[in-house]
Amino acid sequence: MRTAAPNTLVARGLIILLMIVTLLPFLSMLSAALAPQGTYPNGLQWPADPQWGNFVKAFEVAKMDQLLLSSALIVLGVVPVAVLIATMAGYGLAKLTTNKYKWLYLVFVFGLTLPFEAVITPLYYEVRALGLLNTRFAIILPLIGLYMPFGVYWMRAHFLNVPHDLTEAAQLDGATRWKEFVLVQVPLARPAIMSLTILLFLWTWNQFLLPVVLVQDPMQRTMAGALGAFQGQWGTDIPLLCAGSLLILTPTVVLFLIFQRQFVAALMQGAVKG
Amino acid sequence: MTDTISSGPGAPKPALRPSQRRGSRKATMTASLFIAPAAIAYAAFVLVPLGMSFYYSLLRWDGIGEARFHGLTNYITVLTDSDLLQIIGNAFQLVLYFTIIPVGLGLAVASAIRGQMAGRFGTVTRTVLFLPQVIPLVAAGIAWSWMFASTGLVNQTLKAIGLSSWARGWLGDFVWALPAVGIIGAWVLLGLCTMLLVTGITKIDTSLYEAARLDGARPWHEFRYITLPGLRQEIGVCITVTVIAALASFDIVYISTQGGPGITTTVPGLEIYRLAFAHRQVGLASALAIVLMVLVLISIAPVQWFTRDKK
Repeated sequence: MRTAAPNTLVARGLIILLMIVTLLPFLSMLSAALAPQGTYPNGLQWPADPQWGNFVKAFEVAKMDQLLLSSALIVLGVVPVAVLIATMAGYGLAKLTTNKYKWLYLVFVFGLTLPFEAVITPLYYEVRALGLLNTRFAIILPLIGLYMPFGVYWMRAHFLNVPHDLTEAAQLDGATRWKEFVLVQVPLARPAIMSLTILLFLWTWNQFLLPVVLVQDPMQRTMAGALGAFQGQWGTDIPLLCAGSLLILTPTVVLFLIFQRQFVAALMQGAVKG
Repeated sequence: MTDTISSGPGAPKPALRPSQRRGSRKATMTASLFIAPAAIAYAAFVLVPLGMSFYYSLLRWDGIGEARFHGLTNYITVLTDSDLLQIIGNAFQLVLYFTIIPVGLGLAVASAIRGQMAGRFGTVTRTVLFLPQVIPLVAAGIAWSWMFASTGLVNQTLKAIGLSSWARGWLGDFVWALPAVGIIGAWVLLGLCTMLLVTGITKIDTSLYEAARLDGARPWHEFRYITLPGLRQEIGVCITVTVIAALASFDIVYISTQGGPGITTTVPGLEIYRLAFAHRQVGLASALAIVLMVLVLISIAPVQWFTRDKK
């Protein structure tokens, strides 16, 4: 069938090359992070006397414990609410409305390609008018809204594939609809909800533009936003900067390694959103 | 506002049975209760700000004092000012790197390996190649600022292979800063595109390749007439994601170059931020924001049209 042995070798070589290119920046950061503080290390060179203490120093300087808490609070404020209301709307649009309301769905989908930069200026004035500038709510509330196009699109696509006889069983009033949603539909939608949760978690944790514009205090920001401030402050101390950056990206990487399969599936399906 | 009972997915249902008609008003109520929370959040933090963006774009306003109606002047500035045009052009140059490198390499890997990514090798590959998707773009920016630094790995490598004359501070170089930023984006998107295309190619019927081989098709012909059409959807997805990432880029540029040297790496996202919050030209910033949104839509539309599943 396939007589492609040399071909496979080429392919494996190519893939291994890609993997090396992917990993090199991390290794280079690690080697720099272990160099003595205040020195100018070389690109990739295992230091004679690795300074693991740099990580401790970076942890303290960056106030990592507070940052973790801040990011966790923001994620907890955004993700459960966003997933819940996106699931409800996805169900409503897929199962409770006729084609007459397709426009409503199209309005949601319109937001899919919207760059956050297109609304960041008015968001600033809006959040300021709400008196929420420099609080975590300045990040939480807008993100919930900004995630709706993708969330609703995602959950509606799931509910469209649920066999129809499940829902058409009876003429349901509001209360029974709600019951059916909670007891039947949501449990069935678990894989889709799981993927959406993973994606929204990553996007929130890594969100940069909103924290930079809307929150001055790095301790009220997300991890990514705080990393920007950390670079501004320690940008010239390469070992400390690299140690701090590696620490800041550790939590998501650890989670990713544990839930590798789910993350990859979510990211691949999530990309197909376009 | 009567018939709101659910119909088949996507398809309009001609007429409702009488039993269904009775509860239809109630059903409308229920449906709107389900949809309302998402709609309110979306309206409050996307649609209203978007409307405001458009309104601001017609003003001359420093964000504090009185705003004056300015007509379409801001748009004319965006489309004629040579700096702003260069900034928009920078974003399109980034597309070349963000899109062509990942899609090209991804296609090469996918067609070479053609679906043999099972087992441990596959798992390791997936894990490694997805790492850049999991970390914040800011971290990618910092990592690569270090790679491109004067004592960084890129220069170290060049010196090691005897190309010392090529070594330079890449991100501070007027010619090379923008390509360097492009490489950062390509690095971030490479794994995602590769995996999408590798997964996509496994869905192509292998008998097509066997038949082609029996007919004496060259590898190039296989690629052109089987692989490319078979991967049309996946390629479309990759192009869409990467083009949006390039045109709407902010994080990477903000961290690695701050838009410099000069404005050689400034992109619209960064310029909107600067105009609105540093230069207090809210009107002009908003006009650029609207133009950016439209440019993204215009760039994506043909990709969607060409690669849609034509069933």
